[in-house]
Amino acid sequence: MNYIEKQNAIIEDFSLFDDWMEKYELIIDLGKEIEMIPSQDKRDEQLIEGCQSRVWLKSNYKDGKMFYFADSDAIITKGIISLLIKVMNGEEPKTIAKEDLFFIKEIGLQEHLSPTRANGLVEMVKRMKLDAIKNY
Amino acid sequence: MKDTTQSRIAVQDIRSQFPILTQKVNGRDLIYFDNAATSQKPLIVIDKIKNYYEKENANIHRGVHSLSQEATTAYEQARQKISSYLNAKSDSEIIFTKGTTDGINLIASSFGELLSPGDEIIISAMEHHSNIVPWQLLESRKKIKLKVVPIHKSGEIDLNAFEKLLNEKTKLVSITHISNSLGIINPINEIIRKSHLVGAKVLIDGAQSIQHEKIDLQELNCDFFVFSGHKVYGPTGVGVLYGKSELLNIMPPYQGGGDMIEKVSFEKTTFNVLPFKFEAGTPNIVGGIALGTAFDFIDSLNFEQCQVHELELLRYAEAQLNAIPTIKIFGTSKNKTSVISFNVGDIHPFDIGTLLDKQGVAVRTGHHCTQPIMDFYQIPGTIRVSFSIYNTKDEIDLFVAALNKSIQILS
Repeated sequence: MNYIEKQNAIIEDFSLFDDWMEKYELIIDLGKEIEMIPSQDKRDEQLIEGCQSRVWLKSNYKDGKMFYFADSDAIITKGIISLLIKVMNGEEPKTIAKEDLFFIKEIGLQEHLSPTRANGLVEMVKRMKLDAIKNY
Repeated sequence: MKDTTQSRIAVQDIRSQFPILTQKVNGRDLIYFDNAATSQKPLIVIDKIKNYYEKENANIHRGVHSLSQEATTAYEQARQKISSYLNAKSDSEIIFTKGTTDGINLIASSFGELLSPGDEIIISAMEHHSNIVPWQLLESRKKIKLKVVPIHKSGEIDLNAFEKLLNEKTKLVSITHISNSLGIINPINEIIRKSHLVGAKVLIDGAQSIQHEKIDLQELNCDFFVFSGHKVYGPTGVGVLYGKSELLNIMPPYQGGGDMIEKVSFEKTTFNVLPFKFEAGTPNIVGGIALGTAFDFIDSLNFEQCQVHELELLRYAEAQLNAIPTIKIFGTSKNKTSVISFNVGDIHPFDIGTLLDKQGVAVRTGHHCTQPIMDFYQIPGTIRVSFSIYNTKDEIDLFVAALNKSIQILS
């Protein structure tokens, strides 16, 4: 699947639920699945301090593609991170730098990525894109 | 919702005066438990703001035309209203500000000018950041020393430690009346009395108490008292600084501009009398007027019965929360206002807050601008519920059900 198809697949998964709580149950399940950064590897330079939850991000560039590892102390934040990673992992830096992340809005999670939400996610997406640009 | 409290206030009548309470959030009836952050506004206040812009808007003081004079009268009547509600000695001791933070910064800046290197200011470990940072800034500007009174595990202030910190170098004690994150009511009468014994002045941060406690400034005998309008059914962007006139008179102006001057020339500028000396520029006119109306609203209530109602909500919610085994409440003093700060096991407060929101319950999560308290308890933050006069036991039942559902999903 390409960048757009991956996002469309997530939108389809979420369209199965009308109820907010069910959507969040899915996000929480995704948060539990996430491949975490081992705690000994968590470094201050990877930490993105939000007002409420904290996020750690590690980016790797390999064979022309980007790979991300991330973690958070809040499970919902973690779930949203896992969605972002699903979409962005294995993509070329150019795609990540230039293409729109439209699925967030489509599944109704834009509130978590608005500047008023102090959960570190806005800064994390910014850093994911910046890390891609460095390898572009 | 039925009123099941024992207090003799008609909660439904009060609720009907707050239009926002019929709002739906995420498809659910709004349950607003974030009153310590800001209170909702009664129709009488909303109408006052609307009416002012529709019929009365003009700039105040100095205008000779009728509208300006009417607006000036309304603004000054609001000052009188607030002054009499708080039992200040004189209306001129009531300075309109932008809010609590602005009031504290005014004192730090202006009263701070009267301090000398080596002078000491005492605050407590439970202060809001707005009663910490202005003093830290002053500390580096004027080389004064900032001392911090520790708190007990219960969240109560350590009065013995406070007495030990007090000495003849203490020039100001700046302390919150009620902790915004724990709800604990501080023994401010004792703190004021003991501070005065060493000649220190006392600033009371009334941001959390103005809505819940009846304030009598002359009886309290504090030197400064600050609060925000929006936490007491009034609009945002306006607040009050009360100061004893003998102090305000010797303090230099905070900001320069229009209204605060008596005469301006390039040779010598002289300043206006109180309260105008501290009110440079066009103020938040409608804010001040509507804040006066908010106190009219409070006067229409049976305040003591409102306090009984809020206390009942607190006890009812505490009992329900304590029945959930994984819940830990922070701030366990008997002397509390209707605020409960808690965590559930290892679950992050942000996760609980997000799921409660999706079920229509507005709570606050995080450090509540009191990071030192969170460090003290070694937690990232808490979930805080705070009740007001319009909340009900039925809402608490719905909140607890929503909380249990959130816990189940997150466990």
